[in-house]
Amino acid sequence: MSAPTRDGGAIADGHWHDTTHHRKGFFTDTSICIGCKACEVACKEWNRNPQDGTFELLGSSYDNTGSLGANTWRHVAFIEQDSERIEKARESGRKLVNLGMPSIRPRTDESAGAQPLDGALGAAASGSSGTAGDANGLPSTPPLGIDLLAPGALEPSDPENIAALDTTPPDTADFRWLMSSDVCKHCTHAGCLDVCPTGALFRTEFDTVVVQNDVCNGCGTCVAGCPFGVIERRDDGTINTPTDRDDRKAADMDVPNKNTANKCTLCYDRLVEGQEPACAQTCPTQSIKFGDRDDMVSQAHARVADLHAKGLTEARLYGANPNDGVGGTGSVFLLLDEPEVYGLPPDPRVATKDLPGMFASAGVAALGMVAAAGLAFLGSRR
Amino acid sequence: MVEDVEFTSYYGRPIVKAPPWGHEIALYLFLGGLAGGSTLLGLGAQFTDRPGLRIASRMTAITATGVGGAALVADLGRPERFINMMRVVKVSSPMSLGTWILSGFGVGAGVTFAIELDRVTGEKLLPLGPLRRLLHAMETPAALESALFATPLAAYTAVLLGDTAVPTWNAAGRNGLPYVFVSSASLAAGGAAMALAPVRETGPARLLALMGAAGDVVAMDRMKKRMHPAEVDPMEEGEPGHKLHRAETLLIAGAVGAAAVEVGARVFAKKLDGGAGSGSGLGAGSGLGSGRRSWKTRAVLRAVSVVSGAALAAASAYTRFGMLEAGIDSTKDPRHVVEPQRARREARRAAGITDDSITTGV
Repeated sequence: MSAPTRDGGAIADGHWHDTTHHRKGFFTDTSICIGCKACEVACKEWNRNPQDGTFELLGSSYDNTGSLGANTWRHVAFIEQDSERIEKARESGRKLVNLGMPSIRPRTDESAGAQPLDGALGAAASGSSGTAGDANGLPSTPPLGIDLLAPGALEPSDPENIAALDTTPPDTADFRWLMSSDVCKHCTHAGCLDVCPTGALFRTEFDTVVVQNDVCNGCGTCVAGCPFGVIERRDDGTINTPTDRDDRKAADMDVPNKNTANKCTLCYDRLVEGQEPACAQTCPTQSIKFGDRDDMVSQAHARVADLHAKGLTEARLYGANPNDGVGGTGSVFLLLDEPEVYGLPPDPRVATKDLPGMFASAGVAALGMVAAAGLAFLGSRR
Repeated sequence: MVEDVEFTSYYGRPIVKAPPWGHEIALYLFLGGLAGGSTLLGLGAQFTDRPGLRIASRMTAITATGVGGAALVADLGRPERFINMMRVVKVSSPMSLGTWILSGFGVGAGVTFAIELDRVTGEKLLPLGPLRRLLHAMETPAALESALFATPLAAYTAVLLGDTAVPTWNAAGRNGLPYVFVSSASLAAGGAAMALAPVRETGPARLLALMGAAGDVVAMDRMKKRMHPAEVDPMEEGEPGHKLHRAETLLIAGAVGAAAVEVGARVFAKKLDGGAGSGSGLGAGSGLGSGRRSWKTRAVLRAVSVVSGAALAAASAYTRFGMLEAGIDSTKDPRHVVEPQRARREARRAAGITDDSITTGV
């Protein structure tokens, strides 16, 4: 539903009032994701999710998974960006900081870090044209291993001495690789939950949103209800692995919960045992953090302030605002560019917010139809 | 308002997912409207003594309800669990409310159908015994009961589509899709009755269809103008665009035909009445003098009525299929999601509202 959220507390719809559990959530810090996809694997294994697709290469950097879906509950996105895109991301991030939101209080350390950056970034933009002089103006931001724009950095003077070169991939300012592990948002106002006609989707004691697969009849309304394109009916994409060897038959893949809606449960089965979700437990860089949602949000705020102080104005939070169209998400993200770059909607809004207005116009329309029918009979009296 | 419509998508992949709704759902959108409108015509025909229109409308209503309901069940992932819809009554779920509306509607439509069937078969086919009197006493209550659910049945499907994250449906739902759908239902029911019942009795059907046609054109036009261009595009391009265009053509042709039949019916009212006798749609000729010429007039009017009625019903069907498919198409290109969302966010920011973005700098 769409009740206004109280005092930024992000009370989820259907919140259990007599529970001792706190609302659980993820904080996915994409700035330290290394794209190992261990989360995808751990999720698949723990939840026994069937294969998605036919192992084809999708031609989208290292992402051959494609997207979240019925069988894929964690999806690592890979985005390759040049200096122009990086500069745009910084610019859009800076605009966000400068929006002057009520919750923003000027931080002295942050503004100190950002001021010299303004001049430096201008130089970085022109630096992409490749002239040597601009290299001096590059920001002294994140740890620069070597400076690719410096003259001679990529041209060994002696070809035979190439082995002596430092081949460590540089964390340069003119190329970056964004990696982000996407997951169900477990919205405060969950569109899928609102529109489910069977009650198969429910709010757990951890304020997460879970499908009861033995109740779901696969009507598919939740699929259309999700503003993030997460939930899906498990009907296509469930195939058997082909094998070339004659002595081994392709084993029939066990496809549980076929033709019902499926999505991330935030490992409900593990949570009730006091465990953390499989993806968070396996993440080697702690890019995926799991815990009480309040803690996750404060960690996210601290992290984005930290990155801004280092001059990375492209860092921004996604889902941490309880006033947004879905009342804040249970899964909060730190992104390094606009959400649409990662395949996330820029201004999602639970459709239930529009429902009262739609019911009102449907009511007027229905009365109009009654009136039209009445007029039709009055108009053709014999 | 929109400063920068260019955006970088994630390899052009969809952001929201289309629901797994096929032709069955589009068919149901059409049949639900047809059933609702037909029931209103049936009720009016009962009160104004138009037996031909009454029988045709009630047969249409029960057929549409039966086929539509079956289509809904067939489109489920687990059809054997359709009964799970009855576990809850959920105001936030148009699908849940719709199930109850359809069920409530079906009760009255079923009873009136049973009564008509009993009448048509000379009160002999159904082994009712003393219950026959009870059944026939139920006619007016049942007709009123189903009429109570008729317009909600015609209108709720617009809310069902609107209450989604599918950009074209959601925008349409916010900008008057219910008006389009009840208009479409009116012209479908009017058209079906024009095709199935005698011209002499289908005056109300023609007027309802004409009002529906006018409403459809006006509501569709207003709706499109109020939607974001990126949300309208799927309704004008590709196969959905063709379907909606075909709907418009058929609608205009059918409306012209219906208007012609209405004028003809009023001009030749005497011939129509003279030819058909009183009360019975089956018509035992009473005016022998002009019988031959009035027969020709009746035949021409009836033919035009059947053709234009069928065109109107087809227009309604094309509108529903077009709208369903336009929504599904709108999920395929992230442009339809991102552009309107950015535009509304920028509009809010321009209006000074800066605290409700999902993306925050701190």
